[in-house]
Amino acid sequence: MIKSYKLRRTIADVVIYVLLGVLGLIWVSPLVWLVLHSFRGEGGVTVPYVFPKQPTLENYKLLFTRTDVFDYPRWFLNTFVVAVFSCIISSLSVLMVSYAFSRLRFKSRKMFINIGMILGMFPGFMTMIALYYLLKAMNLTQTLPALVICYSAGSGLGFAISKGFFDTIPRALDEAATIDGATRNQIFWKIILPMSKPIIVYTVLTAFIGPWCDFILAKIIMGDKRDNYTVAIGLQKMVDKEYKQTYFKQFLSGSVLVAIPITILFLKMQNYYVEGVTAGGVKG
Amino acid sequence: MTFIEYKSLSPAQRVIYKVKEFFSLLPGRVKAFFAAIGKFFRNLGNSFVEGLKGYGSRFASGDASTKISYLVMGFGNFTRGQVGKGLAFLAAEVLYILYMLNFGLVYLNKFDTLGTTQAHQEINPATGRPMMVAGDNSMLILLYGTMSILITIVFIAVYVANTKAAFEAEQNQKAGRKNLTLKEEMTDFLDGKYHITMLSLPVLLISIFTILPLAFMILIAFTNYDRSHVPPGNLFTWVGLQTFRDVFKVSEGASKGYTFLALTRWTIVWAIFATFTNYIFGMIIALMINKKSIKFKVFWRTLFVVTIAVPQFVSLLLMQQILQDDGVLNVILGYMGIPAISFFNSTALTARITVIVINMWVGIPYTILSTSGILMNIPEDLYESARIDGATPVVQFFQITLPYMLFVTTPSLIQSFVGNINNFNVIYLLTGGGPNKDANLYQAGQTDLLVTWLFKLTMDSNDYNTAAAVGILVFIVCATLSLITFNLSKSSRNEEEFS
Repeated sequence: MIKSYKLRRTIADVVIYVLLGVLGLIWVSPLVWLVLHSFRGEGGVTVPYVFPKQPTLENYKLLFTRTDVFDYPRWFLNTFVVAVFSCIISSLSVLMVSYAFSRLRFKSRKMFINIGMILGMFPGFMTMIALYYLLKAMNLTQTLPALVICYSAGSGLGFAISKGFFDTIPRALDEAATIDGATRNQIFWKIILPMSKPIIVYTVLTAFIGPWCDFILAKIIMGDKRDNYTVAIGLQKMVDKEYKQTYFKQFLSGSVLVAIPITILFLKMQNYYVEGVTAGGVKG
Repeated sequence: MTFIEYKSLSPAQRVIYKVKEFFSLLPGRVKAFFAAIGKFFRNLGNSFVEGLKGYGSRFASGDASTKISYLVMGFGNFTRGQVGKGLAFLAAEVLYILYMLNFGLVYLNKFDTLGTTQAHQEINPATGRPMMVAGDNSMLILLYGTMSILITIVFIAVYVANTKAAFEAEQNQKAGRKNLTLKEEMTDFLDGKYHITMLSLPVLLISIFTILPLAFMILIAFTNYDRSHVPPGNLFTWVGLQTFRDVFKVSEGASKGYTFLALTRWTIVWAIFATFTNYIFGMIIALMINKKSIKFKVFWRTLFVVTIAVPQFVSLLLMQQILQDDGVLNVILGYMGIPAISFFNSTALTARITVIVINMWVGIPYTILSTSGILMNIPEDLYESARIDGATPVVQFFQITLPYMLFVTTPSLIQSFVGNINNFNVIYLLTGGGPNKDANLYQAGQTDLLVTWLFKLTMDSNDYNTAAAVGILVFIVCATLSLITFNLSKSSRNEEEFS
């Protein structure tokens, strides 16, 4: 009896290993294909085999040297600059708003929170046109500051997660500090922020990753001004019908180059997210 | 009733219990929902009336310099030693008047008609030649008019605060208390009024770049700003609810009403399938990874999570390229002697199945990530006793895991349902809405969701009013669902702790 139970369990485990293996293969194979074929020297858009026959770094080199039509290094720099600035502004506003909503008590706090929640429920695309004309009136369309504004201006609305974290820090800390004569400003900078490392890192990374992944707002704002493209729109342009034949392999290598840093940052962010949420739970 | 008690009921009793529970809770929920809305407006009205009363009584009981502050802002503070504060109020008033005279009034005056003079040709009296004369620009009138209204609302708030400050300063003086100096006032912004310091900048940014555009677009839904009324060449004007009537009117041939109905149907089907395929399959994979006897848990988890770590536009563009008619998958299939499959361009059904399957590839890792923790929390003895009773893993899944998870994660399930209604990226990057085989669809393809249709209406065909109306309708659906979830999670918070 014991033997057969053990046997059954082993069989079940083997089945699960096989299933996980197959599924895992399905999940990563497009990405493996992406990486492998970014090193492919021969052929055009597609070839009917998995492993490239002439592995080469040519596609990566061309990304940085053939910049007359598609200026990849410049896009990369654009995206980086936009990401840094919007990261600073959004992280600050998210942390400020969530601190105010979580730890300060003032009149109409509830109303502000509700309005914030309701605003977040409108489809984002609804505001695009008005936003575009607003930026045009400010003479900012087709510029990088416009992108920074778009990515960071509304970010204060994303206060939910960090507010949840701040909520779990015991209020006794604030009270003790107040008795010792600390102002709310000092409490924020000297007590709450140092205790909130996971959620700060999470907020900063989310804000930094955002601009690398958005293509729709950037496309509308930049229009045909290729010098100010971000990586996302640029790569999408590379697989347009007219360019696809020539640039497909560079699309692959370009995608790999953005995907690597973003993937690493994302995995880091996930860790901090889990750490932040569970740490909050323990304290609460 | 706790989960365990529920599990001990017979199937028939369970169904009865569920139905009873649903109907017994429903009126309460609906009532609570409308009560909350009613309360919000009542509070708003109350505080408005209170404000008005205070405004009047302060004027009646205040002395001369307080009364003057009702006209010259900051005067009361200025005469009572609060020079900086008084000057700030005065500056706000001057700026507002200058703004209104030079800019705001021009647009506000035309706000009711949205402009009357169209761009037209005129004979230039000096040269005798015809020339173009620019007319009113309805779009700018609406945009700047909305802006002026919002600025006026803010100004009124500042104005009322000014009367309050003047009155307070007077009261303080009468009672022999010293009024705060500018420096003290400033330090108070770091402590007692810290919320103003923290919130003012984000609120300002959100007002300009979220609320103003949103108000503008909501107003657009009540105008006839469509492809035949595009400024600056043409005017558009208010038409009331006409746009909404068009969206709901189903008629023969290609019409907005037909498209709205068809796309709503597909959006709902999509949201249901996308949510539940991801939910159930993601949970099964998570269970497999988390089974006690399985090794290399971190490796398996990373394998799946990597796909969501890669920027979505990269993975989706890649998938779109792989599945093209001449893409790598079809090339490989052809190599093996299987006829090529046109994933995106043959029939609506193929394309729809394809996007749902690809969406599983995109979405299942999210489920694995978010459900792993909860799955670990299911009481082990439930499985233990089920196993002793001879339940197979499949039975265990449908009898224990799924009901438990549904019990705990309903709010996040509704959230992801709402997210799928608005799932722009997957559809836009994979099919672009195609195939376009149904000629009765107005500016849309057969896999277009309401949000991608909204996008196409604004970007491709300039039907801004229809787009705005569709946006408002989507908002109403999503907001209702979210608010119900919010209430649910609030009421079920205690229940969740049973385990």
